[in-house]
Amino acid sequence: MKNSSRRGFMGKAFGAVAGVGAVASLYAMKRSWDPLPSVKAAGFTTLDMSAYKENELVVEKWRGKPIFVLKQSKEMLASEDKNMSQLTGKSTAAMDKKRLIKVGEDYFLVCVGLCTHLGCIPGYRPDTKDFLCACHGGMYDDTGMVTKSPPPRGLDIPPFKVDGMKIVLGESSPEYEKMLADGVTLKV
Amino acid sequence: MAHFTKATSLHDWLNQRLAVDTLRRVLATEYWIPKNINFLWAMGMVLAITFGLLLISGIFLLMYYQPNVNLAFDSVNYTIMQEVGYGWLWRHVHGVAASVVFLVIYIHMFTGIYYGSYKKGREMIWISGMLLFVAFSAEAFSGYMLPWGQMSYWAGMVITNLFSMGGLHMDGLVEWIRGDYVPAQAFLNRFFMLHVLLIPLAIIGLIALHFGSLRIPHVNNQDGEEIDFEAEAAKYKAGNKKDSKVIAFVNDFMSKDMMVVGIYLIFFFYLVFFHYDFAMDPVNFDPANGLKTPTHIYPEWYFLWSYEILRPFSTNVGLIAFAFAQVIFFFLPFLDRSPNAVPASRRGLFKYWFWAMLIDMIVLTAMGKVPPEGVFSTIGFYAAITFIGLWIILPFITAFEKKA
Repeated sequence: MKNSSRRGFMGKAFGAVAGVGAVASLYAMKRSWDPLPSVKAAGFTTLDMSAYKENELVVEKWRGKPIFVLKQSKEMLASEDKNMSQLTGKSTAAMDKKRLIKVGEDYFLVCVGLCTHLGCIPGYRPDTKDFLCACHGGMYDDTGMVTKSPPPRGLDIPPFKVDGMKIVLGESSPEYEKMLADGVTLKV
Repeated sequence: MAHFTKATSLHDWLNQRLAVDTLRRVLATEYWIPKNINFLWAMGMVLAITFGLLLISGIFLLMYYQPNVNLAFDSVNYTIMQEVGYGWLWRHVHGVAASVVFLVIYIHMFTGIYYGSYKKGREMIWISGMLLFVAFSAEAFSGYMLPWGQMSYWAGMVITNLFSMGGLHMDGLVEWIRGDYVPAQAFLNRFFMLHVLLIPLAIIGLIALHFGSLRIPHVNNQDGEEIDFEAEAAKYKAGNKKDSKVIAFVNDFMSKDMMVVGIYLIFFFYLVFFHYDFAMDPVNFDPANGLKTPTHIYPEWYFLWSYEILRPFSTNVGLIAFAFAQVIFFFLPFLDRSPNAVPASRRGLFKYWFWAMLIDMIVLTAMGKVPPEGVFSTIGFYAAITFIGLWIILPFITAFEKKA
C-alpha cells in the first residue's frame, strides 16, 4: 500500500513535469512555424508616387501579392457620381473619395490586385476606366468599388503610410485606420 | 532466462530467438478469411501494393528533387524528366499511383458501405480507414505543391485560404500555416517535410492500426454472415477444407488476392506508359507565378466532389458545407441505425440511399471540373444539397429498417 502510493506519487510527479515540458515544446513548435523575421522585414514596400501617370495602371508587388496603383485624372475624380453599385443599387460616390489616398495634390487608388471573389487578378480597361475580372465577370470602378457581382466587396486596400511624395505599404497610419473605421476596406 | 539449445539450422536459430514459426502462423497461415467473398475483397492488397509503388518511386524522386522555390520546378521538369536515367518512370509511376490510389480507396470505401462492413464490431476498421483517407488526402495535397507550378501555387493559395474560416478572417492562422504572407520558400519547405516524412509516418502507423482493427472482428463476407471462425478453422485444420467456411490468408487467399493485383498492375502500367498525362495537369507545366492566376483553379479529380460542395454557396455557408462533407463519413457506423449487416440490396430503403449517394458523388465530381456557370452551377448546387440531405435522412430510413 505504502509502496504503491509512493509509485503513484512518482508517476504523478513525472506526469506533471512532462506535461509542462510538453506544453513548452508545443509552444516552441508553434513559434518555429511563425513567419521568419526576414520574411516580416520584407513585408514593407515603398512606392514613389511622383512616378505614376494618370489613368495608367501599374502593378507593384507587396508581400508577394500584386498591388494596383492607379493615379486619378481630373476627369476621373469628377465623373465619380456616374458609377452605380450593382450590390447596393446606389451611387458609389459617397465611398469614392474615402477609398483614395491623397499624396501631394494628387489622388491615387492603391489596392490589392486580387478579386475579392476567388482571388483572380482583374484587368484594367483605360477606355471605360474600370476593372474586369475574367474569371467570373466581376467588375469594379476606377476606385475599386464593385459595380457588378459576384465579388462580395471592393478591392482591399493594404495598410499604408504617406511619407512626403512616398507611401510605405505594410505600415498603418491614421488615414488607413480611418478607412478601416469607415468600412471601405477589410484589414489586409 | 529462456533456455536456448544449439541450433540445428538457421531457421531453428531464428526461431529460438524471434519465434518466426509462431509469427508466421498467427499472421499468415492461421489467419482466417471467409470463402464467401469476391474480387472487391482484394482492394486492400491493391492499396498496399500501390502504397509500396508510391514509396519506392518517391525514394528515387527524393534523390534529385530540390525543395527550393527557384529550383523546384526545374529539378522536376528538367533534371528528373530529362537528365536522370529513367527519372520519367519514377515521376509517372508516382503521379499515376497518386491518382489511382484514390480510385481504389473510393472502390474500397463503397464496397464497405454496400456490404455493411462498418458495423457489428467493425467500427474501428471503418474509422481507421477514414483516418487513412484523410492522411492520404493530406499526402496528395502536400505532394501536389512540390513541382511548384502554377496549379501547385494557386491550389496552395486557395486551400490555405480556407483556414481563414471565411467571415472569421483568421489571416494570422493562414500566415502561420504558410510561414509567409503568400506561399513561398517556408511554405514549400514545410510541405516538403510533411510529404516525405511526417504524413508517410502517420500513414504507416494508420495502416498498422487498420490491419490490427481487422484482427478480432475478421473481414466481412458477401452475406454479412456471422461466422464462428474458431469452429470453421478447426474444420479446415482437420483437413475438411471443403466444408469449412474459411480459408487461410496464406497461401489460399493470397493467391487469389495476387491474381487481382496482377490484373490491376497491367491496368496500372498501361496508364504509366501510355496515359500518364491524365495525372499531369497542363497548367502545372507553367512555373509558379504569384502575379498571374490561372483562369480556372480546380483540384485533382479525387477532391472535386468536396470542392463542388464548397463552391455553389456563399463563403461561410460553403465552408460549413465543406467541413460537413469532410467529416461526415466518419460517423457512418453511428448514423446507420439498423443492426442489419447485410448487402445493401437486402436492406430496403438503404439500397436506394447507397446508389443515390454513389451517383450524387459522381455528379458532384463532374460538376466540380466544369466552370461554375449556368446550368452546371445549378446542377452542382442541387447535388450539394442532395449530399447533405442524404446524410440527414440516413438515421431515419435505417431506424425503420426491418430486420433482414
